[in-house]
Amino acid sequence: MIHVEGLTKYYGAHAAIRDLAFTITKGEVVGFLGLNGAGKTTTLKVLGCVLLPTSGRVRIEGFDVVENPHDIRRRIGFLPDTPPIYEEMTVGDYLSFVAQLRGVPRSQARARVEEAEERTALGEVDRVPIRALSHGFRQRVGVAQALVHRPALLVLDEPSSGLDPAQIVEMRSLLRGLRGEHTVLVSSHILSEISQTCDRLLVIQAGKLVAQGTEEELAQRLGGGGFVSLDVVGPAAPAVALLSAVPGVLQVTVQREEEGVTTLRVDAPAELRPVIARALVMGGVELLRLERGTEQLESIFLKLTHGREAA
Amino acid sequence: MTRVLLIARRELSGYLRTLSGYVIIAVVLAVTGLLFNVEAVNRVQLSGQLLERFFYLASGTVMVASVFISMRLLAEERQAGTLALLYSSPVRDAEIVAGKFLSALAFLALLLACTVFMPALVLLNGKVSYGHVGVGYLGLLLLGSACLAVGTLGSALSRTQVLAGIVSGCLVVVLLLCWLLARVTEAPLSDVFGALALHGHHFQAFMSGLVHTRDVVYYLAVTFAALFAATRVLEARRWR
Repeated sequence: MIHVEGLTKYYGAHAAIRDLAFTITKGEVVGFLGLNGAGKTTTLKVLGCVLLPTSGRVRIEGFDVVENPHDIRRRIGFLPDTPPIYEEMTVGDYLSFVAQLRGVPRSQARARVEEAEERTALGEVDRVPIRALSHGFRQRVGVAQALVHRPALLVLDEPSSGLDPAQIVEMRSLLRGLRGEHTVLVSSHILSEISQTCDRLLVIQAGKLVAQGTEEELAQRLGGGGFVSLDVVGPAAPAVALLSAVPGVLQVTVQREEEGVTTLRVDAPAELRPVIARALVMGGVELLRLERGTEQLESIFLKLTHGREAA
Repeated sequence: MTRVLLIARRELSGYLRTLSGYVIIAVVLAVTGLLFNVEAVNRVQLSGQLLERFFYLASGTVMVASVFISMRLLAEERQAGTLALLYSSPVRDAEIVAGKFLSALAFLALLLACTVFMPALVLLNGKVSYGHVGVGYLGLLLLGSACLAVGTLGSALSRTQVLAGIVSGCLVVVLLLCWLLARVTEAPLSDVFGALALHGHHFQAFMSGLVHTRDVVYYLAVTFAALFAATRVLEARRWR
């Protein structure tokens, strides 16, 4: 679907991205992760045929971004970091304009608009001018314009940027809904969004690709095989003994013992969760909570970016 | 062509859905109307001369209005981040420029249509021909077309609308000043400046109701050259 080789882009003397190389296969949902200024937006703009590369090759469905940009533009839906919306237009008119601009015949434009509005839950604001919409709705309009012409590839740059927690959850669910019908490349520095919506990660730092793979693969490569967090009733000792005996468990750490409840961190792959639960219950320990460690991706991210904070 | 018209239609509706379009029409009508009134009431002259004066005055307001109409065309897209939508769609840069320019030209035509009542008064009360009125408006449209194209280039070169207005205004003034340079230099330089002058003798024939091929070709050439340059600027920005 996407083959990138030696992609480099200079702004004057400054290299925004250097020698990027990756491949994305059809149907994948890939997260593009990096700190602000790492080169995510530049890379996505090249894939979206907005910018031309200084050197390197980018082929999308066999077409080259320099030699056949029009063939690519027909097959992609691009959401830039700022949604490209005309504020004076209504949502319906705007989406109809974009659909026709991207080659949908006028007779089919309305049906495509309704389809995109349904997928992005915008039906109720079809006749509302975009300038009257909240930030969350505008982001959804941005996603709707990217998919209104049914592209094979969606390139979304920070779709959750500036959204409140409730809107982030909505956007996450919207992105999950795109799985299957489109190949999706989504950039973000919101780690939980990437973690929960993407099959695979590309991590970029200072214009260079520093890692790629699934979350588990990256964790293993960096020496952190993942962990499970759990709460049990009673003292820590019996639970620690049971868990230490489970094959695959590397380490058990007591994090808290309060009011008869013990919180434990079990360094083990997330797939071991059923085995861990069974071992505790069979051993007579009452299990209150068990979940995959949530800061896993953050620690991977910080390790990959050499501990530099996003701020 | 479909995409050119699509872009032009959206842009034209942008003029009509925002206040700025109506402000431009109102100011042009007010200024042209006031100047025409001064000419018609205060000076005794033949109706043909009055019509010439009207086209002379209108040419000034058309040039200024063209700068204001065109300054938003591409600079606003860049400012608002909507240029990425056009850049990522299967539309050629020449189609983007052509669509934008056509919308501005259509808006200028609408603006000129609003001024028709003034020459119509001369037509009804004096002895002038329909042809004189028609040729005068053809001249205004060609002059406006050249200024709009130069404004489109200015807008392509600039990051903000204000800057676009300044750049476009400067480019138009340079083309206007060629007329002055033609007067203070000697042949063959004066002939070159005279031929390049935006107003000067190229527009005078239209004011008198005469159409010269060289004048039509001049305005079309300026329009084409400026739009071609604007297209190249858009293409070059993809490499930056």
